[in-house]
Amino acid sequence: MQRLAGKARFKLVSWFVSWLGFGPLRPGAGICLKVSPMRLTAVELHCHRGGRDVFTGVSFAVGAGEALTVTGRNGAGKSSLLRTIAGLLRSAQGRLTLDGGDPELSIGEQAHYLGHQDAIKPSLTVVENLQFWADFFGAPSSDIREALAEVGLDMLAALPAAYLSAGQRRRLSIARLIAVKRPLWLLDEPTSGLDVAAQSRLTDLMRGHLAGGGLIAAATHGPIGLDTTLELRLDQTAPSRVPAGASA
Amino acid sequence: MSALAAILVRDMRIAVRVGGGALMGVLFFLVVVTLTPFAVGPDLALLKRIGPAILWLAALLASLLALDRLFANDHDDGSLDLILMGRAPLELVVAMKGLAHWLTTGLPLVIAAPLIGLFLNIDAAAEGALVLTLLVGTPALTFIGLIGAAIAVTLRRGGLLLAVIVLPLTVPVLIFGVAAANAAVVGPVPFGTPFTILCALTLASLVVGPFAAAAVLRQEIE
Repeated sequence: MQRLAGKARFKLVSWFVSWLGFGPLRPGAGICLKVSPMRLTAVELHCHRGGRDVFTGVSFAVGAGEALTVTGRNGAGKSSLLRTIAGLLRSAQGRLTLDGGDPELSIGEQAHYLGHQDAIKPSLTVVENLQFWADFFGAPSSDIREALAEVGLDMLAALPAAYLSAGQRRRLSIARLIAVKRPLWLLDEPTSGLDVAAQSRLTDLMRGHLAGGGLIAAATHGPIGLDTTLELRLDQTAPSRVPAGASA
Repeated sequence: MSALAAILVRDMRIAVRVGGGALMGVLFFLVVVTLTPFAVGPDLALLKRIGPAILWLAALLASLLALDRLFANDHDDGSLDLILMGRAPLELVVAMKGLAHWLTTGLPLVIAAPLIGLFLNIDAAAEGALVLTLLVGTPALTFIGLIGAAIAVTLRRGGLLLAVIVLPLTVPVLIFGVAAANAAVVGPVPFGTPFTILCALTLASLVVGPFAAAAVLRQEIE
């Protein structure tokens, strides 16, 4: 709790300093330093929710261009693990580090989280929804139309989001990952609600993200069609490397 | 557009579109004030004496109307998770949401007040002072309400809890708001003293509200 409050205070102070025009607090921060490739490391994570241990002793390491699939039975803590990485849940024990990232930012601030909910406002149009998240996360607005075209929603840009189907809402959420560039993607059941064409489109997008040096952690029940995949079974908690092509 | 401006524009857009409830507050305000002369009777002296209190009570209740869904909607559709992962400090995001709520709910009340004041036999000179107290006081009501809205974020029907938590906290604002308005309408107390205290209460709540609400949201989101 103390650490969390301290972090929040630092965020507010550093925001004010940069707002006043003095630039980031630490020299070199704010620009993405490509000194070392990125690496997400978790050591002995422990999640305790609602009076029970969801998972204990979870360790893994994912490098740039690699994807981690998190599998396990219902309630094994797949979503909780992703939310812990995103900084939305606190880990009771353990350590989580992102090497090669921006030292000024927390892991959550460098990650995209595609959760069960799509974070879409029904009364706003498709393009307004995406525009808001692009503005909020500080992305150039020129990428909006391209991102909508990537997920095949450019024809529906002016439609209120209330009229979208579940799959289309999912695709609008995915467009956020394209419009705003962040190195770490945390995907919770990313293919749910998507048709076959959209699933293979998502696989292409994930391949492109990995090829650009990005990282992916995905909670999934089925194969997501990627070649370089590490698998983390939450029932066993020891990551094992899946042979290339086995999950495709 | 910066992150904070984006929040402001989005919340105002949602409020004025279908189902947003921006006009609900001002309509409620109108109805309550219009009903008062029917309940009290056509006693012009009495209406003039209780007029400021009625206007302030109606404004207080109206500004709490749509407040319970302020954070709950963002929590239910997953937006709050993403807001927490943004680079803008949560305190300022909360303040922006409060500002958007005041601009769509509080400001229409202030604009409608002179017209509604006619129903309560308030003369033109006092009208200006009354509107001034509402202009200064309603932001305090919204920003104190932010704390209750944050506490009610995970509750399905948080409206009642919000009222129970927030209304006692608004008592000082109500006392000095009505005192200043009464001073202008019926005298003989000077207008400046209660009005200055009302300004101070508003300034304090503009600072305390967002920090307290952000702290509550961080705890509730887990």
